[in-house]
Amino acid sequence: MGRHVLLIEDEPHIAEAIRYILTRDGWAVTSLDEGGAALAAIRREVPDIVVLDVKLPGRSGYEILDDMRADPALSGLPVLVLSANLPREVPAALPGRGGLSRFLAKPFANADVLAAVRQMAGA
Amino acid sequence: MVPFNILVAVCLAYVCLLFVVAFAAERRAEQGLARWLRSPVIYTLSLSIYCTAWTFYGAVGYAARSGLEFVTIYLGPTIVMAGWWVILRKLVRIGQAQRVTSIADLISSRYGKSNLLGVIVTLICVVAATPYIALQLQSVTLSVGVFASETPEGWALPDQGATALWVAGGLSIFTILFGTRNLDANERHHGIVMAIALEAVVKLVALLAVGIFVVWGIAGGIGDVIDRVNASPIADWPLKPARWMGLTFVAAAALLALPRMFQVMVVENSDERHLATASWAFPLYLMLMSLFVLPIAVVGLGTMPEGANPDLFVLTLPLANGQGKLAMLAFLGGFSSATSMVIVCSIALATMVSNHVVTPLWLSMRQGGVRAPGDVRGLVLMSRRVSIAAILALGYTYYHLSGGSAALAAIGLISFAGVSQILPAMLGGIFWRGATRVGAALGLSVGFGIWLYSLYLPSFGPDGLLSARILAEGPAGIGWLKPQALFGIEGLDPLLHAVFWSLSLNTAVFVGASLLTFPNPVERMQGLAFVNAFDQDPGVRGWSRGGVEAEDLLTMSQGILGADEAQEFFQAEAARQGKGGFLPETTPEFIERLERRLAGSVGTATAHAMISQFAEGAAVSAQDLMAVASEAQQILEYSTQLEAKSEELARTARALQEANDKLKDLSVQKDTFLSQISHELRTPMTSIRAFSEILMDPELPGAMQQKYAEVIHEETIRLTRLLDDLLDLSVLENRKVQLTIKAANLHDLLDKAVQAASNTRPERSFVYNRDTAAEHMPVITDTDRLLQVFINLVSNARKYCDAERPELTILTRKRGGRIIVDFIDNGTGIPRESQRLIFEKFARLTDTQRAGGAGLGLAICREIMVNLGGNILYLPGQGGAAFRVSLPVKPESQQSAEAA
Repeated sequence: MGRHVLLIEDEPHIAEAIRYILTRDGWAVTSLDEGGAALAAIRREVPDIVVLDVKLPGRSGYEILDDMRADPALSGLPVLVLSANLPREVPAALPGRGGLSRFLAKPFANADVLAAVRQMAGA
Repeated sequence: MVPFNILVAVCLAYVCLLFVVAFAAERRAEQGLARWLRSPVIYTLSLSIYCTAWTFYGAVGYAARSGLEFVTIYLGPTIVMAGWWVILRKLVRIGQAQRVTSIADLISSRYGKSNLLGVIVTLICVVAATPYIALQLQSVTLSVGVFASETPEGWALPDQGATALWVAGGLSIFTILFGTRNLDANERHHGIVMAIALEAVVKLVALLAVGIFVVWGIAGGIGDVIDRVNASPIADWPLKPARWMGLTFVAAAALLALPRMFQVMVVENSDERHLATASWAFPLYLMLMSLFVLPIAVVGLGTMPEGANPDLFVLTLPLANGQGKLAMLAFLGGFSSATSMVIVCSIALATMVSNHVVTPLWLSMRQGGVRAPGDVRGLVLMSRRVSIAAILALGYTYYHLSGGSAALAAIGLISFAGVSQILPAMLGGIFWRGATRVGAALGLSVGFGIWLYSLYLPSFGPDGLLSARILAEGPAGIGWLKPQALFGIEGLDPLLHAVFWSLSLNTAVFVGASLLTFPNPVERMQGLAFVNAFDQDPGVRGWSRGGVEAEDLLTMSQGILGADEAQEFFQAEAARQGKGGFLPETTPEFIERLERRLAGSVGTATAHAMISQFAEGAAVSAQDLMAVASEAQQILEYSTQLEAKSEELARTARALQEANDKLKDLSVQKDTFLSQISHELRTPMTSIRAFSEILMDPELPGAMQQKYAEVIHEETIRLTRLLDDLLDLSVLENRKVQLTIKAANLHDLLDKAVQAASNTRPERSFVYNRDTAAEHMPVITDTDRLLQVFINLVSNARKYCDAERPELTILTRKRGGRIIVDFIDNGTGIPRESQRLIFEKFARLTDTQRAGGAGLGLAICREIMVNLGGNILYLPGQGGAAFRVSLPVKPESQQSAEAA
């Protein structure tokens, strides 16, 4: 089983915290701080799971998610969505997107992030 | 003896007097003092143009030749005047109501404003009047000739033709001068009427004077005259009843139909009541005019040499008895008779010619139609002037051609017979609703044709205009077409023969064709207006029984109400009267109700007008038509109002829609704002919580502890700053901010701003372009707040200017009591579509890292500037991002306090 996480998050402090949490658990973490290059990065080296912020410069998290689901090669990739927006603004379609996406509201508990990543990546 | 040159001088003086009188009357009329000009006496005197030179000179000749027959010429008009209530009153009423300008206009207007009829009547009048005008020229010429032959020295006189030419020319000038001065609405001519009233007096006085002289100066008084009459052949003259009746009728008809009589009687009439006076005064005038005709004829026949022209007895008797001055007076009387007739006649004819022939022709030839009103006015005046000259020229030509030989009376009667052809169409028009345009046109044409053929053309004598052969044997030998013995009736007096055939066939064709044809709507309406001329008094309404068919009304109502509704209404009305079926009695009550019902659909005036087409007892008056028009106008105005109202409603709806949209926008903005605040708050909170949890890990190395604690600290400050900004913005937006006004130097403020912003991206070298000299100006405001704006702008420039070598240019100046500060950097600026967003809350255009704020900076700047009485705007087109801050030199409240 792979232990590779792609983290897409523009807030440097949040990215650093998540990286610390996952690295400590034994995950290899690759980081991106904007949305525009996300899809290309995923295709270059398909991770075991993507941790995705919503409000990103370049391209929003939901757009990236939709593109992944439209791509057969990526449609089965688990995605953990993190957002500082109000939970009710999370698109209703999100839970239905192949059951492979989960949503966590910011601020989150570090344990929840770790549990979600572990579970979704099947580790 | 009267020297010829004195005669000419007296004539000229007389004409000058007429000029003065006419001119004075015109002037008074222009000054609005026409009242006394329009008395019944003047009106009656103006009617005296019936007595032309023919009456003045010719009656005596007539009496000398035909005995008492001349009386018929006075009898006919007397009968008409006595019966003024029946015909004349109606003519005058119609003339006023319809603004009739001539007899041709009357006929044309009655028969649906038919110009064809106008042309026919004009033609008849011109042809019939021409010999009459010739007659006047002849009488003046003859009377001048009398003086010439009496001249012992035997002056070389101008020949008679030249005299007639001079008279014709002089009269046309006088007529043009006073007859076409203006285009009076009703063609009234105050000056002319006054002048002919004067002439009426002159001719009456002259004839009476000659009569008195003849009776008491030559004969031995009344008794002697009666003896002389009894002894003369006049007494033995047989009375021919047919001729008497015929002539009386023709004279009566002529009074009504002669263009000049119509002019003075109807057109120039200013008050219907004058007719009442004229009804006895005019016959009296005629009686006085005829009083001495017989004595003068008898005495003339008895005392004058054999072969003397009896037509000139009025002149020659005084002359033969050495009464030069009396003869002169008589001459002036004759001159007056001739001139007044010619003047009025040519005015009347010129009006007809110009209105019915020249103007319509001109208008139809001009494709473009009338461009300017002045166009037509000038044309009409000119065509009248030319017509007057042409009519007199025609008269002169006739005089010239006919040789001036025929007896005066014969020419006069030919004219009378000619114009009397108009009578059937005229009387039919004002008394018979069934008379139609076709009937009138055919009747007039037939009568006119027969008159021309049987009387007018033969009047030029054998081999004049008709060959003697035709006169004797008929055209191509057809005996029953002999002009003076139509249809084989021989031995009748030529005049009676012509009058009988022309008028009876005229009438028969008129009636027959009217019965066979149907009038068009305009004709029908005009017919009603004419026939019911007396029912048009305003306020007189209501319908008389009879004359209207229920079926006609039903047909019309179906067109307006729709078949079902109309039938239902008619059935109900019939049932109300106790009848079955759909056709109720056309009682006035029913028609009233129908009118009201129709009025509901088409408006009262229109309904009235429509029913008037069928019902008797009311006519469509000008007022009714005006009412129709104003009703339409009201409907139009009402619909315009409705339109305006619905426009207003639409505007209100739009305003409501806009308000609603704004509210929705506000609601969306509020949601967006909350969402943005939430995001902005949660982001630092996320870092704080995550690192707090990490710090709880006891195995965390000390260096990391230190680092993560700093992150938490940093994010806490960020959070605090955000909350400060939000509170600040809230205070500023609610205008509840406490301003601390103090004076400062703008230069110092800018220095401080640049200094304060220098820790923004301090790693970059940043160039400021400032004109420090210009910056030294005092400003009185909340300087801390203004500084806050300046710092924000300078920081933004430092943050966002993407130029290789970033520069910020700060320009300051004072304009109209306001300080203006521009901040212009040399970056790529803000895209056009984003420019209007930048002052909104959280409108951060770039990523968070570079901005380092929540995106409230410019929103706060805007609110600060509003609170300071100034503003901040994005200045497009400056190359880079450019902001203009402007504010008053001192606060407005302070300014007004100082001013006060």
